Amino acid sequence: MTAPSASLLEGGFFWRRHRSTVLLLATALPAIIFLLVFYIAPMALLLAESFEGGTFKHYAKALSDGLYVGVLIDTLVIAACVSLVCLLLGYPLAYFLASTPAPWPTIGIIFVLLPFWTSILVRTYGWMILLGRNGIVNRALIELGLIATPLPLLNNINGVLIGMVHVLLPYMVFPIYAVMRRIDPALLAAAEGLGAPGWQIFRRIYFPLTLPGVLAGVTLVFIVAIGFFITPALLGGGKVITVAVLIETQVRQFLNWGFAAALSAVLLGATLVVYLALRRLFRSEM
Amino acid sequence: MELKRPRRGPVRAWRIGLHGFCAFVFLFLMAPLIVVFPISFSSSPYLQFPPPGWSLRWYVAYVDDTAWIDATLRSLKVAGATMLLSTVLGTLLAFAVVRGRYPGKSLLNQFALLPLIVPVIVYSIAVYGLFAQLRLIGDWKAIVLGHTVHAIPFVVILVAAALRTYDENYELAAMSLGASRLRAVWRITLPQIRPALISAMFLAFISSFDELVVAMFLGGSNMTLPKKMFDNIVNAIDPTIAAVSVLQIVLVTAVLGLVSKFGAGAAPSGTGHG
Repeated sequence: MTAPSASLLEGGFFWRRHRSTVLLLATALPAIIFLLVFYIAPMALLLAESFEGGTFKHYAKALSDGLYVGVLIDTLVIAACVSLVCLLLGYPLAYFLASTPAPWPTIGIIFVLLPFWTSILVRTYGWMILLGRNGIVNRALIELGLIATPLPLLNNINGVLIGMVHVLLPYMVFPIYAVMRRIDPALLAAAEGLGAPGWQIFRRIYFPLTLPGVLAGVTLVFIVAIGFFITPALLGGGKVITVAVLIETQVRQFLNWGFAAALSAVLLGATLVVYLALRRLFRSEM
Repeated sequence: MELKRPRRGPVRAWRIGLHGFCAFVFLFLMAPLIVVFPISFSSSPYLQFPPPGWSLRWYVAYVDDTAWIDATLRSLKVAGATMLLSTVLGTLLAFAVVRGRYPGKSLLNQFALLPLIVPVIVYSIAVYGLFAQLRLIGDWKAIVLGHTVHAIPFVVILVAAALRTYDENYELAAMSLGASRLRAVWRITLPQIRPALISAMFLAFISSFDELVVAMFLGGSNMTLPKKMFDNIVNAIDPTIAAVSVLQIVLVTAVLGLVSKFGAGAAPSGTGHG
């Protein structure tokens, strides 16, 4: 942005501009080489591994065997559920943070940031204490007379969903909150002055204005959710198999590199498709 | 930001509903953090709640166990090295991403952010395959390399954001007074974007200190703290992990307080700098 004025100040000599570009690229070179060697190279090798023997047999297995297709669908469904729940919890929370008077937004943000910065393992352990058969949640519900027998909250899909929503909720709240803070309150006052009822102001003006934040949040949560490993592995009790869990067992237990590589490529492909689709949606909304 | 609308009955009822709902969500967010505190002071080796009695035995168990202490020191070493390496590489890259006009500039920006999109499990097995051939598995420096790949995008995002709002004329003024470009950047630009640099270093440090999956594959038998915690959870050994968790929560709270005072961008409120 400042480059044109900079070159003007420097006298606009073409060679000088050229020189500073070369200098800039030289500056970036260490990081570029680092990423090429330790990021692009291993990813390329992994991709090559997935075509082991010059065939598509690993892909055929990953995409036709009912067992593995089921895992892929489960992973996508879990990610979609987590995104939806995060949106339903995160949107009102972001609105609260953006609309309450002075000390509350700061306090609220601390309550979102503190778990966000706490190790996922600490939080997972906390959920194990809370959600077990004799855990605090079940005991409290029984004591309140709301249930008679303990709910199965741990070592199944419920535990995985609760744990994942807990980890990913901040990823939903922050982009929505950032957009809400920039909305001009005068717009809403104008709509009200013109006689629009509250829910219509929300539906026709406020919500459309927050849509970029919603899409950014949903994209982020969904993309991170389809690659999740720790929470399904620990809170699923071995019953919830996501693609990430499948990849880990294929490598560590069966040393089945080619198949794990193909699964990785499928997971990566799904991530990219979702990312590009949501980005296109995001653009058309702008 | 409070909307200036008359307080009518339904609006007030709606507000109370919103506050109640948010109180529930805040409870949901904080509950798993709060609950490890009483467990860590329990006298029982089992997950009993409320604890039958109080003791410091799990803190003593943590300090006395060389495996836990080794894992902690290893994680601190890895996170510190990751922080330095990724801050240097990421800051240099951020300059190229923000400054100048050249073909492929937006491509470079996307390249810098690429590691964010790839699921960690995929990158982990990829780098595990490469490092196994290079016989680097089990070396703490291998974990640093893997963690730095994931920390670089955070650094680039934060430093690039600061550089975009920074007025480059300060730097040019210093240069017109005879400073070299390098000296002008070092003495004028970097001090000006210090809050962003502090936040970037914090992010890089925490992202490495908490990271499990890359460290699990690359660490071999040399466990980092998250790997040790993972094993402890899987094997349900004893509440030592509760004591470790409490120490981590206290540490993160303290560092977060410091960063909100001196950093920028890590907290989205971002008001703590001038």
